[in-house]
Amino acid sequence: MPEHGTIAAISTPLAPGAIGMIRLSGPDAIAIADRLFLPAGPHPLRELPGYRGAFGHVRDGEGTIDEAVVFVYRAPKSYTGEDVVEICCHGGPFLLQRTLRACFAQGAAPAEPGEFTKRAVLHGKMDLTQAEAVMELISAQGRESHRLALAAKEGATFQRIQQVTQELVAIAGHLAAWTDYPEEDMEELSPQTLLPRVQEVRRALQEILRAYDNGQIYRQGVTTAIVGRPNVGKSTLMNLFSGRERSIVTDIPGTTRDVVEESVRLGDLVLHLADTAGIRETADLVEAMGVDRALERMESCQLVLALFDGSQPLGPEDERLLDRLQGRPCVAVINKSDLPSQADEGKISQKIPNMVTISALNQEGMGELEAAIRRVLEVEQVDPQAAVLVNERQRACVQRGELALAQGEEALAAGMTLDAVGVCLDEALEPLLELLGQRATDAVVQEVFSHFCVGK
Amino acid sequence: MEYLAQAYDVAVVGAGHAGIEAALAAARLGVRTVLFTISLDSIGNMPCNPSIGGTAKGHLVREIDALGGEMGRAADAVFLQSRMLNRGKGPAVHSLRVQADRAQYHLYMKEQVENQENLDVKQAEIVDLRLDGQGRVQSVVTSLGAVYPVKAAILATGTYLRGKIFVGESVQESGPDGAHPAKALSAALERLGVPLRRFKTGTPARVSRRSLDFSKLERQDGEEPITPFSFETDPTGLKNQVSCYIAYTNGRTHQVIRENLHRSPLFGGAIEGVGPRYCPSIEDKVVRFPDKPRHQIFVEPMGLYTQEMYLSGMSSSLPEEVQLALYRTIDGFEHLEIMRNAYAIEYDCVDPLALRATLEFKEIPGLYGAGQFNGTSGYEEAAAQGLLAGINAARQVRGQEPVVLERSSSYLGTLVDDLVTKGCSDPYRMMTSRSEYRLVLRQDNADARLTPLGYEIGLISQERYDRFLQKQAEIDRELRRVQSTTIPVSETLNALLVSRGTSPVAAGLKMADLIRRPQISYGDLAPFDPGRPALSAAVTEEVEIQIKYEGYIKKQLAQVSLMHRLEARALPEELDYRAIDGLRLEAREKLEQVRPRNIGQASRVSGVSPADINVLLIYLEQRGQHQGKEQG
Repeated sequence: MPEHGTIAAISTPLAPGAIGMIRLSGPDAIAIADRLFLPAGPHPLRELPGYRGAFGHVRDGEGTIDEAVVFVYRAPKSYTGEDVVEICCHGGPFLLQRTLRACFAQGAAPAEPGEFTKRAVLHGKMDLTQAEAVMELISAQGRESHRLALAAKEGATFQRIQQVTQELVAIAGHLAAWTDYPEEDMEELSPQTLLPRVQEVRRALQEILRAYDNGQIYRQGVTTAIVGRPNVGKSTLMNLFSGRERSIVTDIPGTTRDVVEESVRLGDLVLHLADTAGIRETADLVEAMGVDRALERMESCQLVLALFDGSQPLGPEDERLLDRLQGRPCVAVINKSDLPSQADEGKISQKIPNMVTISALNQEGMGELEAAIRRVLEVEQVDPQAAVLVNERQRACVQRGELALAQGEEALAAGMTLDAVGVCLDEALEPLLELLGQRATDAVVQEVFSHFCVGK
Repeated sequence: MEYLAQAYDVAVVGAGHAGIEAALAAARLGVRTVLFTISLDSIGNMPCNPSIGGTAKGHLVREIDALGGEMGRAADAVFLQSRMLNRGKGPAVHSLRVQADRAQYHLYMKEQVENQENLDVKQAEIVDLRLDGQGRVQSVVTSLGAVYPVKAAILATGTYLRGKIFVGESVQESGPDGAHPAKALSAALERLGVPLRRFKTGTPARVSRRSLDFSKLERQDGEEPITPFSFETDPTGLKNQVSCYIAYTNGRTHQVIRENLHRSPLFGGAIEGVGPRYCPSIEDKVVRFPDKPRHQIFVEPMGLYTQEMYLSGMSSSLPEEVQLALYRTIDGFEHLEIMRNAYAIEYDCVDPLALRATLEFKEIPGLYGAGQFNGTSGYEEAAAQGLLAGINAARQVRGQEPVVLERSSSYLGTLVDDLVTKGCSDPYRMMTSRSEYRLVLRQDNADARLTPLGYEIGLISQERYDRFLQKQAEIDRELRRVQSTTIPVSETLNALLVSRGTSPVAAGLKMADLIRRPQISYGDLAPFDPGRPALSAAVTEEVEIQIKYEGYIKKQLAQVSLMHRLEARALPEELDYRAIDGLRLEAREKLEQVRPRNIGQASRVSGVSPADINVLLIYLEQRGQHQGKEQG
């Protein structure tokens, strides 16, 4: 929960090459950093007075991560008013993430959006006007991380976490039903039946953690949505990018009814493409769901490619789309340059300054499109750090869950009564359900009633 | 015609389990109290199962007792059979339950309220509630026109409010057990802006003991030695007096039900009220779990001086003749005779989001709600809320600060927090799984958790408090002794350890370290512990649990102290959440509706994210600085 405990985050932009800094704040900041840091000099970090730095190496369980300069600030003389440590190392995203993770492994929690500044305010380190600015910041960052969390929810990892969590809820629900309804005839729960189920969930969590660590989840890249009204050639463009038949291409409007994903490389730039259902008012239920997802996707991604049919005048759906996209990182793509031009290009470029004309069918204009995408990404703030933040928070939640399950297994193996085991299961569920936006007690109670015939 | 009747400090509307505790608590705290009931013969009635306690509910009864309420003592006085459920599953979920004599329970409670100083009991139907110019409760009005001026009123109307009973196609306006319903009060409440809604619940048939063939049923006896509910009841000499029995439905039973589903108002759509998930009718069970070959029925005696038996698990709203047909398909029930038919009952209750954690209405000062009226179900849930509402009404009259119980203090606190923070979409039943602090909130330590507060409030006598302090001192002393006493290694000790499946020791070990092993109990070590003092079972049980579960208890206590810090950050009542720009829209609306009293409660409101909580914290800080400046 906010405001106690020690938090950590990467506090510099995640760009390759520069110096990177990780900031820790809270009562254990110095102790945590001390366990990670091997100083070159004779004095460990915990012996340093405030406002001092030391040179040395940061390390984790697997060995040395990087050279680092570490600064120690002692409460209340620090940015947040708490004990603060700043670890500066060689800035590569991979090394920074590994160092950050080492901090989490030693007991730090991922910082919430704007949390350092919040703590500074709460410790009286800032005046009223600054506090107002911080509220703005937190609220904006909250929206940003909400947007990213929404994007992450469509990912395979998130869905796997969801699956595993469901299984854990089922176990906890069985335990709860068995405890709260001792006299109903239901399948008996014993340590022998419970242990393999708990072990299996824990193994699944460990696999997810490994997946994070192997970097599968940190594929850098820009989430990109291709949007436009039906039949403007979105699927053709998608296929052009990805080089293979992925979306179904026909000329019946409304053929693409779901979000199709593909990662493509444009020079050194990786785009995570999502081709979405054509955006229009529709009475078809399945298609309407597709349209909802397209709009959701449009809100949650870092880049939008808006497609318009150059061979037709702009329709009301096009105009609505233009309004929605105003001010977002976006390239307007006018397709079908192979056909005579009808669309009002002036109107489009008024709302979306970055505009190119292509023929997806004849593969013309792709070079211009790539240049326009680069322009947008240079000008607009794409914040890969925010994406990492979301991922790190997920990972920390999974790790907390795994740790609690390990204790649950221990309790089972030692022959503790099941109420003690239940405490560990709850503790594992809490962070996992937090990712799904639920509370453990509510989810378990719900489970009891949906799967067990209990009560009189 | 109206007339002005006597003035009271507190009026309690309804003399069920909530109303009784409310009235007794208020009167015992020294305020002039009047308790209204539609029938004096229904005081403390148990219109459903003749039992008190059970999982989590047993915890509530012990908490009521620890705070100075009546239910525990009443159950001890009139119980017929007692069992501690979940014995093998760990101390957090040990749950006491008794079968009680329904008629005796009523008489016990009637006697208590009638003889209570400061309390008058009156048979009357309350039809109106009036407020003064400031919107405060001013008076309650009976159907015969008596206007009683009051300073506070507690609504504990149970299932009486616009009660409607369904049996097949038959629909009748009625309270429980054929009582007269309260038809007029709902309209008065609606005029005052109280958000009412319809819930429903049901009860099975009562059948004649003489018509059952017990040779075909499984017998279930009580357990001895008996643990009483009340920390004040002396357990010596308590005895079980009756047996319960178990029967099972079968395929033929389910067939009768399926063939007649269209005659059930539950499935025909005649009932609009929302029923409890945890208390399904037999037709619900058969429809929702079609693969289950049989369902259990507990056959429980209603009392010592009656032939009525309660069929737990068989609540139904099917027509009477269908009920008879389906019951008679069951082994042992071939000649069963129904004495009271099963029915579903629908009633008005309030959306508890309209209440504060004190159980006072947010918008109507001086008006409190308790029990089924607040959307719960169960005698114990009702009694617990009644006690809290009674305490707070009396304290308000006396100009004292209200009492609010945090979740981490008790199941009662959890119950109330759930109600006023999350609301409820179906009748709310207490369950151990609703508490995140189960290992701390045990039934055995309810006194340690709540008796000091009961004493402070004034419901626990000095004499009882002294006994409580003595017990706690004994526990502490014995804990220290067990932690510091070494048991020397010996062949007999190792023989015991090995026989229990745990490893032998090479050297002497602290007694506490041996007790920490799940296989070894405090009692096991008596032969190796010559210095052991004579202590009550309640004391040694406490010592054993505190040692055995120390690690897990510490884990939960850490969570408790974390939550305390959030709960210490009060949210001003007049806060306008709509004007806090940083909050997401959903959070603003939810917070505006719930109006949490502190940051901890706000964090439990659904739809409020951690980012919203941070925004609130900053906002509070900023507001504090503003006010500091204005004052300075």
